[in-house]
Amino acid sequence: MRWLLLALATLWAALPARAEEVVLGLSQDSVSISTSFDGSEILIFGAIKREAPITQDPPLQVIVTVSGPLQPLTVWRKARVAGIWVNSAAVVVDAAPSFYAIASSAPFYEAISHVEDLRHHVSIPRAIRSVGAPSAVEDSQSFTDAVIRIRSDQGVYQLMENAVSVREHTLFETSIDLPANLTEGAYPTRILLTRGREVISIYETEIDVRKVGLERWLFTLSRAQPLVYGLMSLAIAVIAGWGASTAFRLLRS
Amino acid sequence: MLQAHNWTMQVYLPIAEVSVNAFLLLGLGGMVGLLSGMFGVGGGFLLTPLLFFIGIPPAVAVATGANQIVASSVSGLMAHLKRRTVDMRMGVVLLIGGLVGASLGVALFNYLKSLGQVDLLVRLFYVTFLGVIGALMFVESLKALRRSRSGARPVRRKHNWVHGLPLKMRFRSSGLYISVIPPLLVGLSVGVLAAIMGVGGGFIMVPAMIYLLGMPTKVVVGTSLFQIIFVAAFTTTLHAATNYTVDVVLAVLLLVGGVVGAQLGTVLGMRLRAEQLRILLAILVLLVCAKIGLELLLRPSELYSITTGVL
Repeated sequence: MRWLLLALATLWAALPARAEEVVLGLSQDSVSISTSFDGSEILIFGAIKREAPITQDPPLQVIVTVSGPLQPLTVWRKARVAGIWVNSAAVVVDAAPSFYAIASSAPFYEAISHVEDLRHHVSIPRAIRSVGAPSAVEDSQSFTDAVIRIRSDQGVYQLMENAVSVREHTLFETSIDLPANLTEGAYPTRILLTRGREVISIYETEIDVRKVGLERWLFTLSRAQPLVYGLMSLAIAVIAGWGASTAFRLLRS
Repeated sequence: MLQAHNWTMQVYLPIAEVSVNAFLLLGLGGMVGLLSGMFGVGGGFLLTPLLFFIGIPPAVAVATGANQIVASSVSGLMAHLKRRTVDMRMGVVLLIGGLVGASLGVALFNYLKSLGQVDLLVRLFYVTFLGVIGALMFVESLKALRRSRSGARPVRRKHNWVHGLPLKMRFRSSGLYISVIPPLLVGLSVGVLAAIMGVGGGFIMVPAMIYLLGMPTKVVVGTSLFQIIFVAAFTTTLHAATNYTVDVVLAVLLLVGGVVGAQLGTVLGMRLRAEQLRILLAILVLLVCAKIGLELLLRPSELYSITTGVL
């Protein structure tokens, strides 16, 4: 009985840490892609709601992830065959996000353990899912690495350590740069609270990325009425060509 | 402030889904249009690789390039029609062959795609054809230039094997009385190549008309443009309807520059002598050939590449 009470007491002591929750704010919860769209910066800020006094040890860490829609990819590797470089091997990656950004309040693996990363698919390699690597390709891992390397160079995969600022163990904020070459769709956004590298709370929301106006109209037309769209493109081309030559003739005479 | 903003004007392309500088596209279009007007080539063999280079997805670059070629070719053709430097009859004969060839080419392209390596094949086609044609043109026009410098009149070969074939037809604008079989075959083979290489085919058509059919250079450019318009229009419609890869915003930006460039090019082309024009085109063709060839031979800095979707 005494043991049980003691166990309950420790549980009670541990409980406030578990009961910390995120109250989130986004500078915008939707991104409109218009003709002049040139990338966007989203401010993610929030507060940690708790009912018990603040515990300082281990310190609270915050990890923010923003992911683009998942797409299947084919990754090719070139090799030299008869003196020229040709695509010789391919690996299909089942689902890779078109965009992925992580911001953490500490160096990444000081904020979260490898086991928790594996469980919640937080880090960039864990966000990419690859199961069906062909047996003919031995080092399929290097293909996944290539995806991360190429996309990191393009700025669509971002790992920003120490980029979340946490104040008074309660308020946090960070900003995520969305590049200009965004794909449409819902962008799942997660806030993970950790203590001692263990995830204690997850808050999930979505940022909606949509084409608007002319962009929306053209995109829809090209999918819904492809022939009309094609003929319209041709008509524009012919009119522009004819118009320019007429304008030049008038200009010269 | 406003001006500074304008100079870095970025435009988001709805189909390509990338943001690019509008002035860069206008400039690219203008340059390709200039070539189109000067040489009677659609410029696809230059435009398509340039679009890859600035980050447009390859499928969108090929399809939209075709659309842009229609615009600059129409603009160039109008200028040539005014000067009566288009052999309509020859153009129609070439076109009939061209459309049949393009259909065959698309079928062949899809067959090769199912085998894998279509990308490599396209590159090899580029290197081979640009290399052979560029070299032939360069040597020939150099000879012609030297001949005209020394004052001797160029001897026009009136009779080669082409003149022995049946089904003769008179092409008045070209001053030719030859069988329709060679132009049909030229159109057909250019159509096949154009579909595989994703270009209008002018850079193959122009030398074929000069050297195989013996047409005068003056009519060749206009007639080539006439044929290219239809082949490129055919390709554009096909891509828009089946692959959804024509980006009309990209096309408009390219063609605004393109149509202006084509007009200037036509004027410029009239000022230059035929031999000089051919030497310039030959050098350009050889340069593009060398660039693509080097890409195949040198070790690329990134061995891996990503394509979205499952092949």
